[in-house]
Amino acid sequence: MSPREVRLSTTPTDDAIADLRLGDVVYLDGLMYTAREGVYMRALEDKANIPMELPSQSAANFHCSPAARINPDGSFDMSAVTATASFRFAKWLPEWMAKTGAKLIVGKGGMSSKDYKEYFVPNGAVYLSTVGYGTGALLGRGVENVEAVHWNEELGLAQAMWVIKCNKMGPFIVASDMNGDCLFERENAKIAENVARVYEGTKPAVLKRYGESDDRTDEVI
Amino acid sequence: MIPISLIQSTAETLMDKAAIEIPQDYLDGLKHAAATEEGDLSSFVLKAMLDNYEAAKEDRRAMCGDTGVPRWFVKMGNEARVEGGMVALEAALRRATANATNGVPLRPNRVHPLWRTDHDNNVGIGAPEIEYGFEPEGEWIDLITVHKGGLFGTDYRMLFPSDGMEGIKRFYLDTLMAFGKRGLACQPAIIGIGLGGSKDICMCLGKRASILRTVGSRNSDPRVAEMEDEFKELGNSIGMGAMGFVGKNMVIDCNIEVGYCHTGGMPMSVHAFCLSSRRAVARIHADGRVEHRTDPDWFTDYQRRETVEWEPQKEAAE
Repeated sequence: MSPREVRLSTTPTDDAIADLRLGDVVYLDGLMYTAREGVYMRALEDKANIPMELPSQSAANFHCSPAARINPDGSFDMSAVTATASFRFAKWLPEWMAKTGAKLIVGKGGMSSKDYKEYFVPNGAVYLSTVGYGTGALLGRGVENVEAVHWNEELGLAQAMWVIKCNKMGPFIVASDMNGDCLFERENAKIAENVARVYEGTKPAVLKRYGESDDRTDEVI
Repeated sequence: MIPISLIQSTAETLMDKAAIEIPQDYLDGLKHAAATEEGDLSSFVLKAMLDNYEAAKEDRRAMCGDTGVPRWFVKMGNEARVEGGMVALEAALRRATANATNGVPLRPNRVHPLWRTDHDNNVGIGAPEIEYGFEPEGEWIDLITVHKGGLFGTDYRMLFPSDGMEGIKRFYLDTLMAFGKRGLACQPAIIGIGLGGSKDICMCLGKRASILRTVGSRNSDPRVAEMEDEFKELGNSIGMGAMGFVGKNMVIDCNIEVGYCHTGGMPMSVHAFCLSSRRAVARIHADGRVEHRTDPDWFTDYQRRETVEWEPQKEAAE
């Protein structure tokens, strides 16, 4: 069975978001901005003014650094775009969502259902995962124009805030919904049934590591 | 004498090819995986990846937005000579890395670990890594660039002889489980396992097993080759596919390299070379000919030699 395909605006209505189901394949239209640790720290910790009108211009935050350059004449060349793993940004996301009204968090690997229930659902937001990872060239084709890059001097090209105009950009996969359910956790649960069989006959290492015991008064032998 | 300008121009071409063109051996492996995959979501992912490789080649754009951390392996025939010597060669490879980062363009991934300084060109302290190998004969030089992803899918552990094969399997599965969930390792991947060596070399062996050997290659030791088959199957029996979705394709191939280690230990490393297994190779001959290929052919009999002296004729006779 192939997944359902959906076209979605980067300033989506609440109804459009409520309609999304785990595993749907999404293509995006409209403006999307990249923001990861550099942008979060600068906007939230250093309190710099965000150089966009959010969420009216865009409610889509892409955890991405593109393969791109700024030409001497100030124009941009973007070759491929793919996401970076999002779990590392959980620290900043609740405040970011509250501040920017982001409704679509687009990245790699999703967050936990705890994150979804605690601050995605209350903010009317869902998580879209890139596919693969990553379909950088396909996503690059969906970039109609690079509108701007902000904070590249302060943060470098990889951490800068890139603003891209999406035209049927995708594919992305819906990885959370308005129940706060998590696609990846659903898949983990299915795989878990098989784990004991795969591990049958293996044995734990003779030298343990902390982490396998969380009691630092334990020895690891 | 190989001219330095030829080294730099070839290196720039290699940077471009590595970022854009999926190597045929990996592509064949992934096509096979796509044909056998039954999980609906993981099937969709593999088909999207196959489309993506086509789009990258058609558009001449990088196949993945994370273009990895470019690095170099240089192998030289014993009689090869480079204009300006090895210092000139290293400068040429650094220039090619910087130029291609802007030219393709690639993502400038390399930053200072503490100060996060980014030169926007993938060059910095110790970057790109340049490592060397030598072969007993020849006036050629092989330039190999690999743009491996740099965050997930790798682990190291000091095991001991009493851990045995069952301990090796356990650590292998642990690494696949840890990084396979949610697809952090960007599988299906070429899994490289390093066994033995000193701790740092154990990491190098595993990494080289994943990036410098091709899908379908087998270790020259038949018993290690059997392990490679068995571990490939074991990884694919977890029930986890692309992106950590239910599926049966986690490991496109498993390559194992060994090195002699301390008598009391059995260090082990596991590495995953991802869906964008970026590698490109060129041999530059003394007469200026350049031959492109995608098989690094790194692990020759000479690289895996066990004896004090290298006496190939004698070994062949035995």
